[in-house]
Amino acid sequence: MSKVLMKGNEALGEAAIRAGCVHFFGYPITPQTEVPEYLVKRLPEVGGAFVQAESEVAAIHMVYGAAGVGIKCMTSSSSPGISLMAEGMSYLAACELPCVIVNIMRAGPGLGGILPSQSDYFQATRGHGHGDYQLIVLAPASVQEAVDLMTLAFDLAEKYRNPVMVCADGMIGQMMEPVEFPGEGRGEPFKENDWELTGRKGRARRIVNSLFLAPEELFQHNIHLKEKYGRVHRDEMRWELCGGDEPYDLLLVAFGTMARICKTAIDEVRRDGLRVALFRPITLNPFPLAACRAAMDAMHAKGQVLTVEMNMGQMVQDVRFAAEGSRDVDFYGTAGGIVPSPDQVAAEIRERLAGVRATTPIRLWSGAGLCCEAQGDGVPCAGTDGTCDTCGRAMPAPAAQPAPTGA
Amino acid sequence: MITDTATLMDTEVLMAGFGGQGTLLAGKVLAQASMEEGREVSWLPSYGPEMRGGTANVIVCIASKPIGSPLIEHPRGLIAMNLPSLEKFAPKVKPGGVIVVNQSLIDKDPRRDDCVVISVPSRELAQQAGSARAANFVMLGAYVGATGAVSVEAVEHAIAAEFAGDKARFIASSVAAFRAGVEAVCPRS
Repeated sequence: MSKVLMKGNEALGEAAIRAGCVHFFGYPITPQTEVPEYLVKRLPEVGGAFVQAESEVAAIHMVYGAAGVGIKCMTSSSSPGISLMAEGMSYLAACELPCVIVNIMRAGPGLGGILPSQSDYFQATRGHGHGDYQLIVLAPASVQEAVDLMTLAFDLAEKYRNPVMVCADGMIGQMMEPVEFPGEGRGEPFKENDWELTGRKGRARRIVNSLFLAPEELFQHNIHLKEKYGRVHRDEMRWELCGGDEPYDLLLVAFGTMARICKTAIDEVRRDGLRVALFRPITLNPFPLAACRAAMDAMHAKGQVLTVEMNMGQMVQDVRFAAEGSRDVDFYGTAGGIVPSPDQVAAEIRERLAGVRATTPIRLWSGAGLCCEAQGDGVPCAGTDGTCDTCGRAMPAPAAQPAPTGA
Repeated sequence: MITDTATLMDTEVLMAGFGGQGTLLAGKVLAQASMEEGREVSWLPSYGPEMRGGTANVIVCIASKPIGSPLIEHPRGLIAMNLPSLEKFAPKVKPGGVIVVNQSLIDKDPRRDDCVVISVPSRELAQQAGSARAANFVMLGAYVGATGAVSVEAVEHAIAAEFAGDKARFIASSVAAFRAGVEAVCPRS
């Protein structure tokens, strides 16, 4: 099939149909509205159904119902809408029902703004609903990858009987790029479907349920889920390492849109002879910890690690977890819908590799403490006797542990 | 005109104007035409709280290898449909770049001696071509004529594909407007 020029949101919709999705339930929100806009037209053409729900809460529970009767289905939303779906996601995971949830992230918190962001990393990988459950989270960096990961999302949802989230940002959703779709027309329904509620008709009874009032029974259910997530973490990690063939002095870690911008920044600084590689997790959950660590370990002892994110520092926690204290992991990022340009990232790289201070107005320093007056904004004070060795100012005392109450 | 796509340089162009002037559409046609010629493309619109009468812009990247950042701070090309766009973006164009100025609405020199600046009376040329609304394609024509970023035939084909079906009545005037733009910068010998 030849390539077509398509918006990310529309491509996600078409990819869902190619993967066999026949039902969509959702509620409009910028910047993902082209997903339902595309599907409201396309689904009836392939014998499917589209429902605009009265709210995101209703939409995710319609997904719950449809998945419970064995229908391949999905929903999509953007950050605040995903928050509303949290309860339903927990129920879907608890009942082991396969479905796909698309989050085209916008800037938060609260109602926030409509511009691109990656500030739902915690929400996608840790948060949303209550209870001991996980989603598989996939993060595309291009429109083509959004299509490929949408196909994978339905496959993984079916394989593990678990909700899968495709987590992109407004830029991927709104951008047009050439894409190629797998297959022709509507894809296949679920292959082996031993959970769907069809009416008993002589077979063993099936129950879709997440209420276990007997603690031992609920404990066993949690153990079963843990075993399943263990298999996901063992078998489904996906990542990309760019520029890892040659030695490097700085490892950037970035996902989605930010990873693309980092690639261009790296191309730029390589012309000056700087040696930088990029580690890009494709699965945010499971986060490819071992591969990320291996990419760090491939560097010499003074090699630096920098995560670049469109948030205030979220994935950096997983990268630090991967480092296990073996080296410092720093963070550079923006929020509010501001997308760092390749030039800004390149300036940050140059500064870190040459000690030359750049003048990017929105850079953040992840180190704690005062900024050194002599060395300028962004360089923390350092000293051993309570004053800074460079500027001589008194440094703040380390924060004391709060005293236990009632002691 | 350069027509051998293998010799084409990677480039990126920012098209900016009022909402309703067709900047996003002209960008889409350029991206579509470049894709048809086998090149990598990206089309990234501004999608803030834009509205009719507000400003709208799109960055189209054209390359021979996969595109890294679709967001470009200093593009090699600018098509400025209105004055606010020229004032905002002309200083950002890379030295040696191409700036196409909509002379019908802009009576101001971008003061970029280090760039190729082309002023095009887009509305007048579009009117002569059959539709004043096709001024966006005049501007695109001037850019393509000046840079050879993509072949004229590929753009004409992309315009026809864009308006196929119930909008087919726009094809003739849009193609004519595009050609008028090309010929404004490279007159037929």
